[in-house]
Amino acid sequence: MSTDTVDTGRRRFLVASTSVVGAVGAGFVAVPFLSSWMPSERAKNAGAPVEVDIGKMTEGQLLTVEWQSKPVWIVKRSSKTLADLAKIEESLRDPASANPDQQPAYAQNANRSIKPEILVLVGICTHLGCSPTFRPDIGAADLGGSTWLGGFFCPCHSSKFDLAGRVYQGVPAPTNLAVPPHKYLSDNVIVIGEDGEAA
Amino acid sequence: MGKIIGWVDDRFPLMKMWNEHLAEYYTPKNFNFWYFFGSLALLVLVIQIVSGIFLTMHYKPDGAMAFASVEYIMRDVPYGWLIRYIHSTGATAFFVVVYLHMLRGLMYGSYKQPRELIWLFGMFIYLALMAEAFMGYLLPWGQMSYWGAQVIISLFGAIPVVGDDLTLWIRGDFVIGDATLNRFFALHVIALPFVLVFLVIAHIIALHEVGSNNPDGVEIKKNKDANGIPLDGIPFHPYYTVKDIVGVVVFLFFFCVVLFYFPDGGGYMLEHANFIASDPLKTPEHIAPVWYFTPFYAILRAVPDKLLGVGAMGAAIVLLFFMPWIDRCKVKSVRYRSKIYKANLSLFVISFVVLGWLAMQPATPTLTFMSQLFSFFYFAFFVVLYITSKNENTKPVPDRVTS
Repeated sequence: MSTDTVDTGRRRFLVASTSVVGAVGAGFVAVPFLSSWMPSERAKNAGAPVEVDIGKMTEGQLLTVEWQSKPVWIVKRSSKTLADLAKIEESLRDPASANPDQQPAYAQNANRSIKPEILVLVGICTHLGCSPTFRPDIGAADLGGSTWLGGFFCPCHSSKFDLAGRVYQGVPAPTNLAVPPHKYLSDNVIVIGEDGEAA
Repeated sequence: MGKIIGWVDDRFPLMKMWNEHLAEYYTPKNFNFWYFFGSLALLVLVIQIVSGIFLTMHYKPDGAMAFASVEYIMRDVPYGWLIRYIHSTGATAFFVVVYLHMLRGLMYGSYKQPRELIWLFGMFIYLALMAEAFMGYLLPWGQMSYWGAQVIISLFGAIPVVGDDLTLWIRGDFVIGDATLNRFFALHVIALPFVLVFLVIAHIIALHEVGSNNPDGVEIKKNKDANGIPLDGIPFHPYYTVKDIVGVVVFLFFFCVVLFYFPDGGGYMLEHANFIASDPLKTPEHIAPVWYFTPFYAILRAVPDKLLGVGAMGAAIVLLFFMPWIDRCKVKSVRYRSKIYKANLSLFVISFVVLGWLAMQPATPTLTFMSQLFSFFYFAFFVVLYITSKNENTKPVPDRVTS
């Protein structure tokens, strides 16, 4: 056995290869720990669709229901409100709802709804997740006075949305409020959380 | 006694450590008021760990029980109210002390060569402290806990491509819920305290390796006597241990005034909305972070774009890490630096305070404009510093410390 000479190249190779294999092993060990932070099976199974009876809603009313622990708003809009939607398109970021992630295809229209007067929205601001307040008061002084035709105002970072959940320009929220998947069981009953048949 | 110490010393470097870090750790003799805050930060860390351990004995990290268990601590546990208020007041005290400690570093150039690593360890402590405070604030499970966490976790959603999956991974559910609360509890009481203590040890070891800076920014190791002891140095123990005890007494006086007379800090330390149980369907009318996060929150709010806003807020913290390299001036202490630097640093401190105030106000167009203006000043500090510090018009620095 010779101890005089050290094969440094061989030593460096062994050190490097052992380290790489060790690092890969550590990477594999990290997987179960990091994965344990993803939603559990129980969390995934929660959030079943919710049925809502809208028969008793009056014009201008907002109804909040809980779906997947999130607030979902149902607003019954008047014909004047629907007519007003077109007037403010210039001051909106995405007036035509071009972003396909923010609503199902069947709500990608001027009113962002299946039935024109019934608006269904996830009540979570697309900026940082606060729940905006319903401000249907036309001409509210703190929201731009005469240019305000009703909508939603996020108290956290002052994002503004119109009565179709479309975001105004110059506010931090990047996209329109989301329309959740929903369908009508009958004229007065909506199911939130399920897409309808191709309407 | 000597025998016992001898017995231990043969097996463990007890006296060696005592001497290296206290009895023969030579510290500049010209420390002033600003040098209290390091030892005070250590004191608050101990207060937080001890009071926190006792809180965990009564608290339930469960979405259905958390809010009620905090009220139980407040009303039914003997002296529970005191232990909880010590912990919540301690959180505020921690940030007061750490902010003043950091300002000291900025004033006297304590981040400069050869103390860059001390500064970096310190910045990581600050980062860990912010994470610790944020996760701790979720635990009472009130309205502000819930919506504050909702906003902060959503910040990660601004990251392109992976943002949404990342927020899902942090929350462990599609919204903030029991899973989030439970993991934040684990991080708050085990993981982050370990990280903090480790970083504090690294911070102090690095400090004791190179020695303390001082208000004159003069290296005392340059002038030593025949025994190799710095001429301007005095042993940390007993000189500064005794001095620091005076600081501790004054600090505890203020601490107790807040603890017993203003435990909610007028709504800035324990926000009023947090006395209402969390409700995932309703955001409080006016949502603002606890006071120690407000300057960064104001920067976030000032930028009318999600990604840029989050980026600016992150940059406001990340830039501080690079202070040792942004500031290229050789002179350490503000005492011998140019008027430009003095003005620049003053404006930076003013901006930080004004931004902190702005974030607590509801957003109006005027205040938003002010947020933008002072956010600009905040960032301008680093730009102006980088440009002007290379060839700064400094005053002559004395060889020895003054006074």
